[in-house]
Amino acid sequence: MTEATLSPPLAGAPSLISWYEATARQRLAALLDPPSFDEFLGPDQREVSPHLPIFDLPEQFDDGMIVGRGLLDGCPVLVAAQEGRFMGGAFGEVHGAKLTGLLRAARDIPGVTVLILFDTGGVRLQEANAGELAIAEIMRAMIEARRAGTRVVGLIGGRAGCYGGGGLIAGCCSVLVVSEQGRISVSGPEVIETNRGVEEFDARDRALVWRTMGGKHRRLIGGADLFAGDSVDSFRAAAITAIQRAEPFSQDVLAAEQARLKERLSRFGACTDATEVWAALGIERPELVPAMVTDDFITLANSKQEAHRGAR
Amino acid sequence: MERLSFLHKAERRAGGRRPMAIVGVVASGNLEVLVERVLPSTECVVEIATTAHGFGEVWRAVVADFVERRSPGGLKFSINDGGARPDTVALRLAQGARTIEIDTL
Repeated sequence: MTEATLSPPLAGAPSLISWYEATARQRLAALLDPPSFDEFLGPDQREVSPHLPIFDLPEQFDDGMIVGRGLLDGCPVLVAAQEGRFMGGAFGEVHGAKLTGLLRAARDIPGVTVLILFDTGGVRLQEANAGELAIAEIMRAMIEARRAGTRVVGLIGGRAGCYGGGGLIAGCCSVLVVSEQGRISVSGPEVIETNRGVEEFDARDRALVWRTMGGKHRRLIGGADLFAGDSVDSFRAAAITAIQRAEPFSQDVLAAEQARLKERLSRFGACTDATEVWAALGIERPELVPAMVTDDFITLANSKQEAHRGAR
Repeated sequence: MERLSFLHKAERRAGGRRPMAIVGVVASGNLEVLVERVLPSTECVVEIATTAHGFGEVWRAVVADFVERRSPGGLKFSINDGGARPDTVALRLAQGARTIEIDTL
């Protein structure tokens, strides 16, 4: 545990740092109150993947997962950040164990908040069994922590999006913040096209990918609770709001979420494109949503989103 | 995986007091450099793990040039390489040396 493990911030004012372009360490440095970040199992501990050398693949000293503690607006938080550029931010044995350990620690610290900076394509193929087990362990640890009163806030806006097991874990969070660049799903575009054919989903159609899995659509259908601009400042402000917004976890919350999903299916189940969903939500010119600037979109989303009714 | 190690004498101790810094990520055409202040102040070690085999002489030249320019005495550099080009390596080494010299970020 040392304090001196952060990369230097990008040049320019903090508000100009793009969440999408920044590395995991740059995001943490700009998100938390400086210089409060204290890393657990830092890169000098060299807790690297035991599987990658078998495939002659390069290791990363933190295995693409940075965990630690810090302050956000003066409040103590535990944080985990995935590096989306290393192995697509994918979960492996060590990568996953670091998040499991953090959530188990959170369970035993009354009232603590956990921030997870997702940036992942899912499970690392080279350590698939260990990675799948890690996803299950993380979800269990997260639910146990939430039952003990921990608030878990997911922040999604990185290059890799939040796919595969990462999408499942995100679904277990108390609150999700997403930017336009963030994508949340389980099966990615290429996976769907490979399995169901190009008529089902054309992975090369970027506009289709973004309006089906992108941040704006997820925000409008309630898959994410708050929308942020792409700047680190915007994510910081949204994370502070999200912590206040997170509701205690209970069976009632789960029942409300189940009811919300059931209603979503009956209301939008026949739609064949996201724009039809947006029209059904009462948005007059749904074709204009993708080009809408952040502030206008937040106003729209706040007025048109489905009733929340204690779900999540 | 090819593993290379270069030991150099450095004229001066690297500035600053931070014990560690890390820059870069392991991705295609990129690399991470972990810098640790763990050596006597006139020594510099650069250890490399790379998947691109057979470029030992290029690494040797880039590292020698870096040590001559920056004199990073007392620092150990550990590199995980994702097939970065020599210019990228030189920039990351310089960035790592600069980062550990800055006491406050």
